[in-house]
Amino acid sequence: MSLLTISGLGVEFGPRAAPLSAVRDVSLTVDPGEVIGLVGESGSGKSLTSRAIMRMVPSPGRISAGEIYFDGRDVMAMSSKELRSFRAHDVGMIFQDPFSSLNPVFKVGAQITETLRANLGLGRAEARSTAIDMLERVGIPRPEQHFSSYPHELSGGMRQRVMIALATASRPRFLLADEPTTALDVTTQKQILTLLATMRRDFDMAMLLVSHDFGVIAQMCDRVAVMYGGQIVESGPVEAIYRTPQHPYTRALLASVPELDAVDQRSRPTPLEGYPPEIGPVRDECVFVERCPSARPDCRSGRMSLEQVGTRHHSACPFEGRPAEGAQSPVAKERVV
Amino acid sequence: MTSEMHVLAGPQASVRRRRRHWPVSAVVGLGIIGTIVLLAVLAPIIAPYDPNKLDFASPTLAPSWHHLMGTDQNGRDLFSRTLYGLRLDLAVVAVVTFVPLPIGVVIGSVAGYFGGKLDAVISRLVDIVISFPFMVLVISIIAMVGPGLKGILIGVPIVSWSLYTRLARADMLVIRELPYMEACVALGYSRSRTIFRHAIPNLVRNSLVFSTVDVMGNLLLLAGVSYLGLGAQPPTPELGSIIAEGQAYMLTAWWVVTLPALVLVVFGVGIGILGDSLSDGRLSGVVE
Amino acid sequence: MIAYVVRRLALSVVVVWGLATVTFFMLHLLVPGDPVRRALGPRASEETISNLRHQLGFDRPVLEQYGSFLGGLLHGDLGTSLSLSAPVSQILGDRILPSALLIAYGLVVAFAIGLPLGILSAIRPNGTADHGVRIGTTFVFGMPVFWLGLILALVFGLKLGWFPVSGYRSGVGGTFKTLTLPALTLGLSLVVIVTRTLRSNLINVLKSEYIEAARSRGLSERRIIGKLAMRNAIMPTFTILGALIGYLIGGTVVIEQVYQIPGAGSLLVRSILQRDFQTVLAVTLISGAAVVTVSFLTDVLQAVLDPRVRLEGKS
Repeated sequence: MSLLTISGLGVEFGPRAAPLSAVRDVSLTVDPGEVIGLVGESGSGKSLTSRAIMRMVPSPGRISAGEIYFDGRDVMAMSSKELRSFRAHDVGMIFQDPFSSLNPVFKVGAQITETLRANLGLGRAEARSTAIDMLERVGIPRPEQHFSSYPHELSGGMRQRVMIALATASRPRFLLADEPTTALDVTTQKQILTLLATMRRDFDMAMLLVSHDFGVIAQMCDRVAVMYGGQIVESGPVEAIYRTPQHPYTRALLASVPELDAVDQRSRPTPLEGYPPEIGPVRDECVFVERCPSARPDCRSGRMSLEQVGTRHHSACPFEGRPAEGAQSPVAKERVV
Repeated sequence: MTSEMHVLAGPQASVRRRRRHWPVSAVVGLGIIGTIVLLAVLAPIIAPYDPNKLDFASPTLAPSWHHLMGTDQNGRDLFSRTLYGLRLDLAVVAVVTFVPLPIGVVIGSVAGYFGGKLDAVISRLVDIVISFPFMVLVISIIAMVGPGLKGILIGVPIVSWSLYTRLARADMLVIRELPYMEACVALGYSRSRTIFRHAIPNLVRNSLVFSTVDVMGNLLLLAGVSYLGLGAQPPTPELGSIIAEGQAYMLTAWWVVTLPALVLVVFGVGIGILGDSLSDGRLSGVVE
Repeated sequence: MIAYVVRRLALSVVVVWGLATVTFFMLHLLVPGDPVRRALGPRASEETISNLRHQLGFDRPVLEQYGSFLGGLLHGDLGTSLSLSAPVSQILGDRILPSALLIAYGLVVAFAIGLPLGILSAIRPNGTADHGVRIGTTFVFGMPVFWLGLILALVFGLKLGWFPVSGYRSGVGGTFKTLTLPALTLGLSLVVIVTRTLRSNLINVLKSEYIEAARSRGLSERRIIGKLAMRNAIMPTFTILGALIGYLIGGTVVIEQVYQIPGAGSLLVRSILQRDFQTVLAVTLISGAAVVTVSFLTDVLQAVLDPRVRLEGKS
């Protein structure tokens, strides 16, 4: 049985009579120990989707439709007390900017012990030693000393390590990582991804990794869902998405990933023309039609839903066949996981 | 803030800019302020009695249809005195608020634009003037030049230019770095043209927003100083001195003390509502 | 940290020196004619005037007077009161306690009322409580301080008889009895600022990612607002104290008049009416110095509480 099941999720803003839809009909399952990627441009609804799992959609947004089940429990039906316990024990969350997600006026150690004492009911001394263990585990050098550091005294990478320690302090079974490496430089990115992979394996956590960077997703994930304009347009195993992308948007996104070793003109990133759709009322057409290089009149005839195109592989484009034989995945990197 | 929020802010913000509708709260605030200003301007027409006409046959009459706000200890009609008092107060406040405003803005802009020693001197001077409690400095200036409205008219501007200087200087420090200011230099505009035609229109907005609160502050200050007997001198009808005169009869004629200040309270509500909607930024695009 | 405090202290000393200079030259530049002549009035004989001028050193060159004025200040000498023929520092010394107590008491009232209201409004911005608080404080915003004082005196003093409406008595009981209504007046007039400042600070903090992160860890709202967010929001609220103190001092001048409290404020008003310029300027200078001192202390306090401020001091 899957650990997390989302079905038909919708997130809206604006008046209820004429809502502006930000996330539409998103369905997703995560098995225990599985790593799922959620990839898309900013504004595609991927962060909102991840926050919806915690029922933390920022006001004035609201979850307007859908069901969320975690380990058989109905998240949408939880009382505020149950919700707190769910957040405290079952799910950990890591944010994009490790500086703004740590409270600047409290010492690093105090923030971890606070969480341990409030959520696990540990005593003062016990919380302190557990916190120092956690700091050591996430690779903070001289943990006793850094226990008394303020966030601003640490580098970006260190702060993100602290954030990971905080999010995993109560040994959750599921970790939500929202662009965990976007704010970091390239070398630090790699270290943090390695750390996340190690922590995931050691604690046997499932993980939802939100990123705009296909490279990051490729390193970490088992399966991936591609979001565009508030919808999942394609989902499937990472291998399948890379080798045989079915949706024109996925192909465009893959083509725009810069290859580190690309020297010749042909493999230069080709940016997609136009802009992603603004949040607005639901329209009865394919969400990608405005920018699709192979759009046709039929694309405006109705909304597209995900159809199976391979083993656990779904696409929301009924018109695109398989790409030409021999097409190569633009990204092929070793996986850390 | 999440990236989605930016997307959300985008279309709404642009819709707002296109429509340029005044928010309801700003209209209500302006309506209240406008009504009271109108009452003050039209005082000679509206006032049913001569504000200074003594009538010893009818001292401290309670409010009635004859005397809407009653009469004071000397039988003067309180409603008429309040209207005239309001008229005087608003006139004085208009002068002491809107004379120092442009002066302060220009000094602050120049300090912020040129920086260096000039800025250091101006900034220290502002620090010093702002460190005095406003009320205390104004009344000690009044002490030097003599009690009466003259003291207010001199004392308040001597102090309050500094507030606008500080605001304008801070804004100028930001604006100075913007590309369009660089463009002014590239186009070979003179410094005065750059400052007056291109920078000041962009930074005067904050000063205008602040001036709504400043008007209220000055109004209360004027009433307070007059209450102390250092502002308008009796028998001139002025809100602070009307209340001060009525204080002795507070138990027998409560209306002399309480009612005249209500116009200030209502005016304050208007200013408060307007100020709130201005500082919320809901009026962006309207003020410019 | 120490470097920051020293730098901040040096700036304060410069500003106080500026205050002294401004007050000194106000007397010499703003008073038309001869301050001694104006103080003694038109009936004084020429001999009395010139004697007093000599005695006060007013016949010496201005710069020399300025020098001895600054020198005197260093020794706590604020000049001599013309109307009371006594050192100003001595007269002021007797009167400063009631004013200081009134300000402190007023601040306690302002924060005791303003903090809960600020939190209440920030928890649900634009909710019912927020609107209620906003409407209430907007009404108080337009009330002249002296009028508020008179109304409170009328209701709680004259009608209900709970508190005396004039005078000042020392001792804990006496101070409580005589200063409660004045402090309530002063405090209420400040509640608007305290509430609004805390509200907007708290709303900003509650929107921040570290609060979202705390929520994602399942911490209770009570803990998040009461402990985490307040720690972040309260500091900028306290730093407005530096700006508020000037307003508070101005308020006490008026309130002391309403309640007939023999404090520094009523001394100021009395001195103005008696054209006792030395005393007026001394009170003005001391009040300015008090503002500078308080804003210095709040800045230092902030540096102690907020680790980030210390960093700024180093750069």
